[in-house]
Amino acid sequence: MSSSQNWLLRPFQERSTQIFLGVLFAALVVVTFLHLFMPQDSALHVSAYTVTLLGKYLCYALLAVAVDLVWGYLGILSLGHGAFFALGGYAMGMYLMRQIGDRGTYGDPVLPDFMVFLNWQELPWYWLGFDMAWFAFIMVLLAPGILALVFGFLAFRSRVTGVYLSIITQALTFALMLAFFRNEMGFGGNNGLTDFRDILGFNLRTDATRLGLFIATGIALAIGYVVCRAIVASKLGRVSIACRDAEARTRFLGYRVERVQLFVFVVSAMLAGVAGALYVPQVGIINPSEFSPLFSIEIVVWVALGGRATLYGAVIGAILVNYAKTVFTGVMPDAWLFLLGGLFVLVTVFLPKGIAGLLQKRRKAKTDDDTPTGQEATA
Amino acid sequence: MSIFQELADREHVFEFLTQVQSPVDVRHGPILYLEDVNVSFDGFKAINNLNLTIDDGELRCIIGPNGAGKTTMMDIITGKTRPDTGSVWFGSRHNLLTMNEPDIASLGIGRKFQKPTVFEALTVFENLELAMAADKRVLPTLTAIMKPEFRDRIDEVLEMIGLKDLRDRLAGILSHGQKQWLEIGMLLMQKPRLLLVDEPVAGMTEQEMERTAELLTSLAGKQSVVVVEHDMGFVRSIARQVTVLHQGSVLAEGTMDQVSNDPEVIKVYLGEEA
Repeated sequence: MSSSQNWLLRPFQERSTQIFLGVLFAALVVVTFLHLFMPQDSALHVSAYTVTLLGKYLCYALLAVAVDLVWGYLGILSLGHGAFFALGGYAMGMYLMRQIGDRGTYGDPVLPDFMVFLNWQELPWYWLGFDMAWFAFIMVLLAPGILALVFGFLAFRSRVTGVYLSIITQALTFALMLAFFRNEMGFGGNNGLTDFRDILGFNLRTDATRLGLFIATGIALAIGYVVCRAIVASKLGRVSIACRDAEARTRFLGYRVERVQLFVFVVSAMLAGVAGALYVPQVGIINPSEFSPLFSIEIVVWVALGGRATLYGAVIGAILVNYAKTVFTGVMPDAWLFLLGGLFVLVTVFLPKGIAGLLQKRRKAKTDDDTPTGQEATA
Repeated sequence: MSIFQELADREHVFEFLTQVQSPVDVRHGPILYLEDVNVSFDGFKAINNLNLTIDDGELRCIIGPNGAGKTTMMDIITGKTRPDTGSVWFGSRHNLLTMNEPDIASLGIGRKFQKPTVFEALTVFENLELAMAADKRVLPTLTAIMKPEFRDRIDEVLEMIGLKDLRDRLAGILSHGQKQWLEIGMLLMQKPRLLLVDEPVAGMTEQEMERTAELLTSLAGKQSVVVVEHDMGFVRSIARQVTVLHQGSVLAEGTMDQVSNDPEVIKVYLGEEA
């Protein structure tokens, strides 16, 4: 049992966190090295395209960690986390739009191109402040956070959980998708926000900025992972598991189940927002398709494949599935969804604990060999 | 300890900051009053003009045939079900009908359910940790640390319920009887004033029953214990005061001998078994 006094430092004493952070930072260093110091024609050279692709996977990994926090540990199957991801992405996209300035097609110093095209005379009030990076970055956390707070407050107060909550989260993200498709909303309609130029003064189209974004995403994933792990390792984490397994019982112990759910849900939504904000400058566009219900379901599949309630399983699942997606949509694009569905069925049947469950089983078998008296329980 | 030492000690808890352990007013004797309580579900009267008084430190057994309203009565006391009419008081200060479930729980009413519900994915120790009387708001729970005195308290309860050797095992692997004891242990962690125990020995072996009887009798005195039970042998072994419920109201009250000789009681309940 961990003995650290500070809840945020507790994860660093755990073996799994040390390994995870070690692997993540090693990967960041290796990719950076191979990108910068290997000659272009070398087989080991990592192109800027690949760096950005890996950065995208890391965004998905952070999103998957956020979903695993609420699903794995709190038992809330959110099928709408894509909405929080997209809101964080839009907040970042709005900042990037304002950074374009007068370099747009229409050359308007304030209004983004699509507003000029719609004949708007001035910036809508909710676009104010997004020219300042600090404001936009706060909104990356606040926009998904506030939506999660309001939505969660209403849902958890009415004790809506289980399948019903999953369905409502699907409806939430679908409704937002329809809303963001509308031009009158002022978020660029179905084209979304794109044609970005710089971030914090760095040109987004240079390789150096792309590498910087990749490293920033890796660090964000590390921080997000540690925050989630700290919550899980705290007493609150154990209360979350208690809520997941026996909600009424937990309530009788005197815990405000709905507040525990709300807190964890909001933290998770904010992490999803950060993932979205880092995703947008790397892919160069944000449009309402990120709100699509299908995307939110895909996230859940990543987590299920990787293994619920482990956090690192979510990271493994997100990266593997998206790597497979990149490969297969290149080879035979029509077969991808069938393959994903098939994988999901196979894993649910044969590996109910996902890939992480496989790893745990192997490690456990090993420790059992070392300690035949079964002392691992007291470790 | 001088005042300066006290001020220098970061961990020192000043007397005026400590919560009053139990704000329950029992100067008038009873810890729980139910008066003229009525509940009906879709026209079926589950509780019918129920009057019940439990004294502080008492061990009371409640028996009655199926559908007598025993579980509904527990639901009313813990705030799960609201009565249509009547009043329910905890001590002479707290009107339970104005309070919600968590508030009632933190006031010191602990309930053990019919079916044992322990948190199977957590260890025995962690189960007791969650049940511990502590600040249960979200942020204090997040930053909570395991202090030595908490650990001692948990070990003390583990000793009482006889699960010391299983401290670090998952609660999911416990036997039925062990889960029941763990549940009682979880109630004890909350330092309750009143324990509501619903069918503690259902499905237990003779040996387990004996140990449960010992455990419950050892608890009475320090806290009030209300036991709802079907097993007459078990009730006879622990009961001092017995209340018989029938069709949602009290049929008889007294010692086990008085009650079991009551002709009314024999007719509705004991008659079937005797």
